[in-house]
Amino acid sequence: MALTYDDVIAKYEPVLGLEVHVELNTKSKMFCGCTTVFGGEPNTQTCPVCLALPGALPTVNEKAIESTIKIGLALNCSIAPFSRFARKNYFYPDMPKNFQISQYDEPICVNGYVDVEIETDEGPMVFRIEVERVHMEEDTGKSLHVGGATGRIHGAEYSLLDYNRAGIPLVEIVTKIVPGTGKYAPEVAKAYVAELRDILRSLGVSDVKMEQGSLRCDANVSLRLIGAETLGTRSETKNVNSLRSVERAIRGEMIRHAELLNKGERVVQETRHFQEDSGLTRSGRSKEQAEDYRYFPEPDLIPVAPDATWIETLRAGLPERPSIHRKRLQEAWAVPDKEMAAMINADVLNIVEATVNLGADPTKARSWWLGEISRIANDKDVAIADLTITPSDVAEIVALVNTGELTDKLARQVIEGVIAGEGKPAAVIAARGIKVVNDDGALMAAIEKVCAEQPETAEKIRNGHLPAAGALIGAVMKETKGQADAARVRTLLLSHLGQGE
Amino acid sequence: MSSLSRDDVANLARLARIEMSEAELISLSSEFTVILDAVARVQEVAGADVEPTSHPLPLRNVFRPDVVIPSLTSGEALSGAPAQEESRFRVPQILGEE
Amino acid sequence: MIRLSAVDMAAQIASGQTSSVALTQAHLDRIASVDTDVHAFLFVDSQGALAQAAAVDAKRAAGEKLSPLAGVPLALKDVMTQKGVPTTAGSKILEGWRPPYDSTVVVNLKKNDIVILGKTNMDEFAMGSSTENSAYGPTHNPWDLTRIPGGSGGGSSAALAAFEAPLAIGTDTGGSIRQPAAVTGTVGVKPTYGGVSRFGLIAFSSSLDQAGPCARTVLDAALLHEAIAGHDPKDSTSINAPVPQVVKAAKSGDVKGMKIGVVKELNGDGYQSGVRTRFEESLELLAAAGAEIIEVSAPNFEYALAAYYLIAPSECSSNLARFDAMRYGLRIGDVNGASAESVMNLTREVGFGREVKRRIILGTYALSSGYYDAYYGSAQKVRTLITQDFNKAFEKCDVMVSPTCPTTAFKIGEKSNDPIAMYLNDIATIPVNMAGIGGMSLPSGLAPEDGLPVGFQIMAPAMQDQRMYLVGAALEAALLTKWGAPLLSQAPALAGK
Ligand SMILES: [Mg+2]
Ligand SMILES: [Zn+2]
Repeated sequence: MALTYDDVIAKYEPVLGLEVHVELNTKSKMFCGCTTVFGGEPNTQTCPVCLALPGALPTVNEKAIESTIKIGLALNCSIAPFSRFARKNYFYPDMPKNFQISQYDEPICVNGYVDVEIETDEGPMVFRIEVERVHMEEDTGKSLHVGGATGRIHGAEYSLLDYNRAGIPLVEIVTKIVPGTGKYAPEVAKAYVAELRDILRSLGVSDVKMEQGSLRCDANVSLRLIGAETLGTRSETKNVNSLRSVERAIRGEMIRHAELLNKGERVVQETRHFQEDSGLTRSGRSKEQAEDYRYFPEPDLIPVAPDATWIETLRAGLPERPSIHRKRLQEAWAVPDKEMAAMINADVLNIVEATVNLGADPTKARSWWLGEISRIANDKDVAIADLTITPSDVAEIVALVNTGELTDKLARQVIEGVIAGEGKPAAVIAARGIKVVNDDGALMAAIEKVCAEQPETAEKIRNGHLPAAGALIGAVMKETKGQADAARVRTLLLSHLGQGE
Repeated sequence: MSSLSRDDVANLARLARIEMSEAELISLSSEFTVILDAVARVQEVAGADVEPTSHPLPLRNVFRPDVVIPSLTSGEALSGAPAQEESRFRVPQILGEE
Repeated sequence: MIRLSAVDMAAQIASGQTSSVALTQAHLDRIASVDTDVHAFLFVDSQGALAQAAAVDAKRAAGEKLSPLAGVPLALKDVMTQKGVPTTAGSKILEGWRPPYDSTVVVNLKKNDIVILGKTNMDEFAMGSSTENSAYGPTHNPWDLTRIPGGSGGGSSAALAAFEAPLAIGTDTGGSIRQPAAVTGTVGVKPTYGGVSRFGLIAFSSSLDQAGPCARTVLDAALLHEAIAGHDPKDSTSINAPVPQVVKAAKSGDVKGMKIGVVKELNGDGYQSGVRTRFEESLELLAAAGAEIIEVSAPNFEYALAAYYLIAPSECSSNLARFDAMRYGLRIGDVNGASAESVMNLTREVGFGREVKRRIILGTYALSSGYYDAYYGSAQKVRTLITQDFNKAFEKCDVMVSPTCPTTAFKIGEKSNDPIAMYLNDIATIPVNMAGIGGMSLPSGLAPEDGLPVGFQIMAPAMQDQRMYLVGAALEAALLTKWGAPLLSQAPALAGK
């Protein structure tokens, strides 16, 4: 019998450890001048350095160092007065040098923390996630596996390598172990990654697109009996590519571990891969022998020793912390806690903010994004951010409703059209012939027609039974294909039936 | 007295991705007994109070500006490739993790 | 013409007495004639060299101002990339590879209109002291074709001694410029680490490797030194400061009042008697020229060799990981169903020679977890101690000197089965690399017992390379007066074809 989550948390305490890799949005790569633009033709963004041709040497991108220090400061880290790059040696065809330039025992930022707030049974609660280190490294190339049934690595006949991504700057943010989250572990992990993403976005150092892989999370989970001191064996789930998956992956691993432990079996320390469709993880190839990375200081690169002035200049330039920013927005918009939480949970806060910044009223902006647009995204099973509709589209639609050029109902049609890829709001309105019918003559014709079709209802209204008006208004709206202003229809109908003020 | 067994050498060869014959493993392991004895002398003077030197010159903070410079063409990049396909390096099947 | 110094060749080109094309052709002819015996070259770029020479001649005809070595031919160690020209580093694993880019040294050579004749033989990936480890067969010492020309840059030094080129580029990780210079009776300089860009130098040991000039005279070496040195933003370890004025120093050769420190530990047991005789004689000549000779001690030098044979293999085990059959070079075993890993293993088995494999395995061991502190970590500490020894000694003297190597050239094959004996060749040259300072070797005569060249080593503090040239020029001048003709005039004439 499968365990439920409640069974798990009744007996075990989860301990988390999260490693997040962030691709920086520098113009050039970490150690060479090749462009980092996404999606170039294969192997057109490579040079002797990032192809590891014999004789080539790396040079450090100053902007990448600056971004890393900013990240460290934003995560409340100490910036090391002296840090060094190291070589992490292992062979893999997507890594041209067969070592990754990374950092080892001398990372650039250490000992920080991030506070995340989640909704619990006892109300909002803050969890402090301690950050062990933030260090720099480089991304690998991309391989395409050819042959075999699934296009996966197993069963492939050969692979094709594109090194455009090789050498793109990566920052790795590693937490200390996170105990004490209890049953909220999955939510805390999700909130942490979301908070990290918001911080990184506010710093402007990365595109933070989980779907495109510019933000990737590896989740370490272990269980121990409640009250136990020693840590259980952990599993590491790799490259979890959405916030929702972070939560699902951790919940799934907790259940899997508990089932093993209950049966008296051991959890294997291994790498696992999250599967989006099932929400389960699959074992990676377990290594017969542990890798020995043979780290040593990178002799081709000079130590980094940022001086205090540089650090303080960067600190002074840090943007508002996202949590503070949120509080400020909530006050400015006068949004109740619950609504605010709903926006954060649906991950629309910054989109709503952008819409408001383009002139829309906060309440309207919020209700469109959280309502109609969220509903469509849900139906399509995609993230809101991936829909084609933009904050400026929504701001434009809100403005058109305000001036009476669109009704709420018509606005919905426009939104649907924009999302369906029919173009910007103006184009959708023009193509679909959407306009509010304001011509009283046309409305009167429809009213007369409807009254003639439903004489009994019309009679009720004449006799003062106003609630019956709804049915006739609906029929008129239908008659005018929804383009009429319902309020105007009501006024005209009532006065037509002798009930006008 | 440092030494490396045949199996030690085999493990190192695996880490270093070098195929080795049985004869080579055995002859290297015996050579290493001599070589390691010679190099182990460094431990005689490497006290805890001595700072290690990783770089011969005491330079710090050598960076380059974040400026894009032209890359090789894919033709140049692939010019030495033992095999290629669709402007990509063609390599034998990779057995490992996804 | 081919026996002239590079300075004189340049002067003849500048005055129109000869042309770069004629000079280049003369050297190509010489190579065609003697290189079957010497085997200094792995690739002769006749077409490229003549085209470059013709361009220099055209510039001269157009009245353009030429650099001091314009039009003079040079032999390039095959460890430097040159766009479109085969570059192997003496290894089978790179056979047929033509780099799509120029090393910075090559960029600088071209900028100075120095004509590149071709690529010279070397120990595979610069690992060796005899050039016997080349995958393409050994180079022979022009003084005695049965003997080694030193290594790893044996091809470059042999090319100079055989008059196949007046200038050459070498690289020196533990003595690979200076030791070949010593055993071939030529001049070789390892500049201060970071003085010459390593961009495009196929790495052996990154923290030790340094490219430098090889020539037949101290002044020629100085001119080449200034041509290739200078800050390179593509090499993070490159020094961002003006190049020491080595040409000025080589022209002056004034050592009056200079203090020359003889390293006590590098002159005693284990040094061939003829080597010591020549060394003592050189000291007397320098004293006669006005220098003060003192003795200095460097107690930690005795650990240098051990530290070197941990640091260099460690770094090389990582630097050579890129030779994996995926992107360039040799690929072995790519049969249906083979994995990338097995192709890597087989290619590296076949593509690397025995010494390279030995060092990769040693380095892999020295870096592996559990052994790092005892080996690599300790070796780095020894490096600190050696640097401290140098610093202390340089408080007492301006330069330090020693014989370049303990012996003269040995027979090909004599030491190839004894790695430790082979490693001892570099006992006097390695400390310089460990500390990242400059070192020069120049001829101090022939050992009476075997009639083979002996090298005199001068070591100067970091970024004080000009001091080596002052002392080198002084000694060179004194010896020339004594001999009446350059040492190489005593070398046997090569039969040729
Ligand atoms: Mg990492
Ligand atoms: Zn690149």
